[in-house]
Amino acid sequence: MKIAFFVPCYVDALAPQAAIASYELLQKLGVEIDYPDEPVCCGLPFTDMGYDQYAGDIEQTFVDHFSGYDYVVTPSGICTDQVRNHFTAVEQTPEVQQLRGRMYELVEFLHDILQVEEFPWASFPHKVAIHNACHSLRYLHHAKPSELMGPAFSKPEALLRKVPGIEIVYPERVDECCGFGGTFSIWDPDVSAQMGKDKVTGFNNAGASYVVSADYSCLLHQGGVINKLGLPLRTIHIAEILNGANA
Amino acid sequence: MKQVNQVKNASAFVKDSAHRSSHDKHLWDARMRRDKTAAAIPEWEEMRELASAIKKHTLSNLDTYLERFEENATRNGIHVHWARDAEEHNRIVYDIFQQHGVKTITKGKSMLHEECGLREYLAERGIDLAEADLGERIQQLDGQRPSHIVMPAIHKLREDVAELFAEKLGSDPHNDDPHYLNKVMRNDMRKRFVKADAGMSGVNFLLAETGGFVVCTNEGNADISANVPPLYVASAGIEKMIPGPEQLPLFIRLLSRSALGFAITQYTSHYHGPAEGQELHLVLVDNGRTDRLASETWEVLKCIRCSACFNTCPVFRRSGGLSYEATYAGPIGIVLEPSYDLHRYAQLPYACTHCGSCGNVCPVKIPIPDYVFHWRKEVVEQKEDLLSHRYEMLAGSKALASEKLVEAGEKFTLAALKHTPHALMASRFNPWAKAHEMPAAPEKTFRQWYREQQKS
Ligand code: SF4
Repeated sequence: MKIAFFVPCYVDALAPQAAIASYELLQKLGVEIDYPDEPVCCGLPFTDMGYDQYAGDIEQTFVDHFSGYDYVVTPSGICTDQVRNHFTAVEQTPEVQQLRGRMYELVEFLHDILQVEEFPWASFPHKVAIHNACHSLRYLHHAKPSELMGPAFSKPEALLRKVPGIEIVYPERVDECCGFGGTFSIWDPDVSAQMGKDKVTGFNNAGASYVVSADYSCLLHQGGVINKLGLPLRTIHIAEILNGANA
Repeated sequence: MKQVNQVKNASAFVKDSAHRSSHDKHLWDARMRRDKTAAAIPEWEEMRELASAIKKHTLSNLDTYLERFEENATRNGIHVHWARDAEEHNRIVYDIFQQHGVKTITKGKSMLHEECGLREYLAERGIDLAEADLGERIQQLDGQRPSHIVMPAIHKLREDVAELFAEKLGSDPHNDDPHYLNKVMRNDMRKRFVKADAGMSGVNFLLAETGGFVVCTNEGNADISANVPPLYVASAGIEKMIPGPEQLPLFIRLLSRSALGFAITQYTSHYHGPAEGQELHLVLVDNGRTDRLASETWEVLKCIRCSACFNTCPVFRRSGGLSYEATYAGPIGIVLEPSYDLHRYAQLPYACTHCGSCGNVCPVKIPIPDYVFHWRKEVVEQKEDLLSHRYEMLAGSKALASEKLVEAGEKFTLAALKHTPHALMASRFNPWAKAHEMPAAPEKTFRQWYREQQKS
């Protein structure tokens, strides 16, 4: 199995530790990884704001770099959702359709494809609250959203439960949006900030020491709010814990 | 008309912590009650599926069902009228009132009446109309539109209502006990109910097979308006159709559970003809619905106005319904209102974080999240977008299609985080600075790390 590793712009620049942990983890799990050492964008901001018409060249560049692999894996739910569900500014050739079907977010890849049973190198004796980004939750189906009826499941939780010492907690509003919403946090900073405050206050009230998520986009927003409010909470990407970070 | 600036409107509400937190809490509680009652029904998700399919079927055969309905309703003694738009609806209603010399009306809550601006239309023509739903009456007295389709005054606090009633109804401004306020309203409305020349209401379901209609309320306000006066005029959007009584229980089971988390509305009243000695009129309204049915976003017509999407929407709960300056606020509003007036409502589709919860609570499975994308695209294609966005996006698209420029952009961001003095980062140029304290910039990007690894 040969995969391509995609590092989104915001992870590369603002949360490189999440990408490094993902990369090392995949190596530990024996996956053959190709990393196209050229920055590429998935086109998300354009689709998000309604400017699909400007995204054609960007999406084409992405296709040129990432097609032909068994899987494309990325530590980002929003970018996976973009490619899998909204990548329509390029012509939908068989190549493009195949690429879209092979795009995987890290947690899904570990849980569904590799079906990892243990992380022997990991240990995390802390109370962590899981934050499922809305895109990962509702468009990639990482877990059962609270408003849908049916049997509960959570892929990130299933993975984290394999890490010795970890204690998992949830806030009272289990999966309410944290207000990042990509461009939304810039479009409506006041409402976005209020949602962020409510969210991290919920984590704090749940007694968590860490907020863990598969999406660093939400964590950047939440981390900024946590610092502003001076709460005793830290943010961490799920790959860091699974890779053996013992903070 | 001037473009609505929802963000600006919302910013006042979100900063008013007393109102915002009460609003957020009440609606979130409704969402939690909804989850609880839904969870008690093992076939809940199948019910949503079925309701969606029935609506799809009915809307796909709407012409047939409308004709069948008219035939059966007429046989039942209901006077059926057809209105192409809001203006025609209002004129038909007014004509009926003129023929009967109507001066005073009490009226059950109806979003269609809001949509048509009926209250203002009749007021201008000297007809005294009192809303009979408590929340709607509060909004009427305050000169505001309803902020929520099921709980019209949910953005107000008890003390706001006490103040308003004191000013308008002469009650005690310092007594905000809900029982007292209810009594004040009841005493005022009872006089009106008894002497009203006519009653009005909206409609929740039209039953084609039997030619009757169903009105659901929790206060019985529509029932008094419908049954006490000698003349009753109801208005219904044509999308309210379902095939017949056999399909009705499914929708009744879904409606109140989705709205407030109660098993059923307090009053679920069936009208299959006028009461003895009464005249009953029904106005069927299009007002853009046929066009919507032919459009890409036709599924908005499935909406049964339960408000579940409002209650779950994290943006709505913190923005307040009035910020949308539209008949329909919340998730369904931001994908519906642009079809009435794209220019005026071009910013509404952006009042969304794409969290996707609305689509999951909707009892008729309207793909609201997909429609948000649809309308943002439409806004851009029709050049109703903000110019600043257009330029940023155009420049960005050029930069991001080139690998060199992407890398330069990332370096720039890092450098900015590292070197820009805090004062500048925290300035008004950075909308994030007010609420965020950004962490120290990472030492190097992933790419730099990777290249070092490759070398060693
Ligand atoms: S869109 Fe769906 S959830 Fe929202 S009010 Fe209509 S029926 Fe209810």
